[in-house]
Amino acid sequence: MLILKDLGKTYVNGVRALDAVSLDVPPGEIVAVVGGSGCGKSTLLRLVSGLDRPTDGGVVLDGDEITAPHERIGMVFQEPRLLPWLTVAGNVGFGLAALAAGERDRRVAAQLARVGLADKAAVWPRELSGGQAQRVALARALVTRPEVLLLDEPFSALDAFTRADLQDHLLDLWHDAEPTLVVVTHDVDEAIALADRIVVMRPRPGRIAAEIAVDLPRPRDRDSAVWDAVKRQVLAALNGAREGRPTATAEAAAAWW
Amino acid sequence: MTADADTLRIAAPAQAGASGRPRRKEGRRRWRGVALGLAGPVAAAAGWELAVRAGLSDGRLVPPPSRIAETFADLAATGELARHTVATVLRVAAGFGLGALAGTLMGAIAGHSGLARSLVDPTLQALRAIPSIAWVPLFILWLGIFEASKVALIAVGVFFPVYLGVMGAILSVDRKIVEVGRIFRLSGPAMVRRILLPAVLPGYVVSLRAGLGLGWMFVVAAEFMGASEGLGYLLVDGQQLGKPAEIVAAIVAFAVIGKTTDWLLVAATAPFLRWEDVVAQGETG
Repeated sequence: MLILKDLGKTYVNGVRALDAVSLDVPPGEIVAVVGGSGCGKSTLLRLVSGLDRPTDGGVVLDGDEITAPHERIGMVFQEPRLLPWLTVAGNVGFGLAALAAGERDRRVAAQLARVGLADKAAVWPRELSGGQAQRVALARALVTRPEVLLLDEPFSALDAFTRADLQDHLLDLWHDAEPTLVVVTHDVDEAIALADRIVVMRPRPGRIAAEIAVDLPRPRDRDSAVWDAVKRQVLAALNGAREGRPTATAEAAAAWW
Repeated sequence: MTADADTLRIAAPAQAGASGRPRRKEGRRRWRGVALGLAGPVAAAAGWELAVRAGLSDGRLVPPPSRIAETFADLAATGELARHTVATVLRVAAGFGLGALAGTLMGAIAGHSGLARSLVDPTLQALRAIPSIAWVPLFILWLGIFEASKVALIAVGVFFPVYLGVMGAILSVDRKIVEVGRIFRLSGPAMVRRILLPAVLPGYVVSLRAGLGLGWMFVVAAEFMGASEGLGYLLVDGQQLGKPAEIVAAIVAFAVIGKTTDWLLVAATAPFLRWEDVVAQGETG
């Protein structure tokens, strides 16, 4: 169980980025965090990953207080952040340095095959397309078999087709070991496509404005009425969060977003 | 300079993977470039040779290629060429080694710590502004007229580009890549070995090549200030005895050896930089 308790973060310049965020995420749940820019989504993820320390509260994973990057927490960034001097296979195996070479090669090959890039093992990162590079980044995070995988707007730099493709692919990969996923996104459709629960954040300082359960069977139909209903609910919450007052109509919100 | 051609040479193996044809085409284009670049000098040399043979000039002050080759062969046969070359190469090697070592250490310290940078960088930048030849009288007073002062002068020339290159390369390491290392919980030494060194290496090689180039420049200055052997001594000797062919032969030797050491440096580091042919792709395109 991943527990965020009264999490707060004030940066050295005095900006209060996050305030009193509490969230319990049971193992295997997929949580999407949505919100406009400046509502602390990325800050939240950096605190959970251990890259930054909170000023208040704390993050606990199965009893371990997270104060630094943790072996059971993986992270995928908005950019692939592949190391340009390593081949694709070298990048995927980057976190497996402690393993014997044979075991490492075997796991890297299996994971590359799993993301559909077995033929790219010996290729340099600069030769990959944006979608392929992000797949490699996914493989690099998943090959260490994390219990929690954090994704910070992982597909936002990709075109719409590649994005939808990778969302499906992520769900497919999730089935392998069913890790807990925390996905930060500003794309409401992406949140509905992926999440069991959508956490809507509001800015200045970043707080949780609403939590919306997505009770849709997978694979989810983007054209269904239920999808639209969830979307309206999320948009209304976002709009309320943005305005800082109760929402007008859901339709108006949908039109705005 | 032919730095571009070297970059291409590094890049070739990496690009060969896709298919043979583009590579062959690229190779042909490269040879065409080399041929075009050589056309002018070769034509001028051949023209001058013919002019001297035809008696249009005695070629005393500007020796024709055949006379330079003859001088070269004579110097080689008597062992003079080898003696002078070895003396010069040893000076450059010692000066380059010391200068590169000091530049690497200071650059690494200044790049790593903001405090150290604030302490030493302004002073070093001020020293850098001094024309290095201006140090010569002081070095001779301090270190005498023999090897030490010459090596010190070369080391000073090598130091600054290496220092600046290493510091700049460390400062420009992408913080986002470092975070990848942090996410995988690399220890301090592992972070240096697996993230920082590979990230810094391309800039480091460029700074070493710049330093080596300056080392070859400064060895001439060092040998002008009173040497009994070395290619720079051959230059002075040729001037004082009125032997222009000897001067040109020494210049040719400088060019060949300087280019060879630069190529050796590039070849030694090429295996570590195979991933980096961005420049080469831009160059051929």
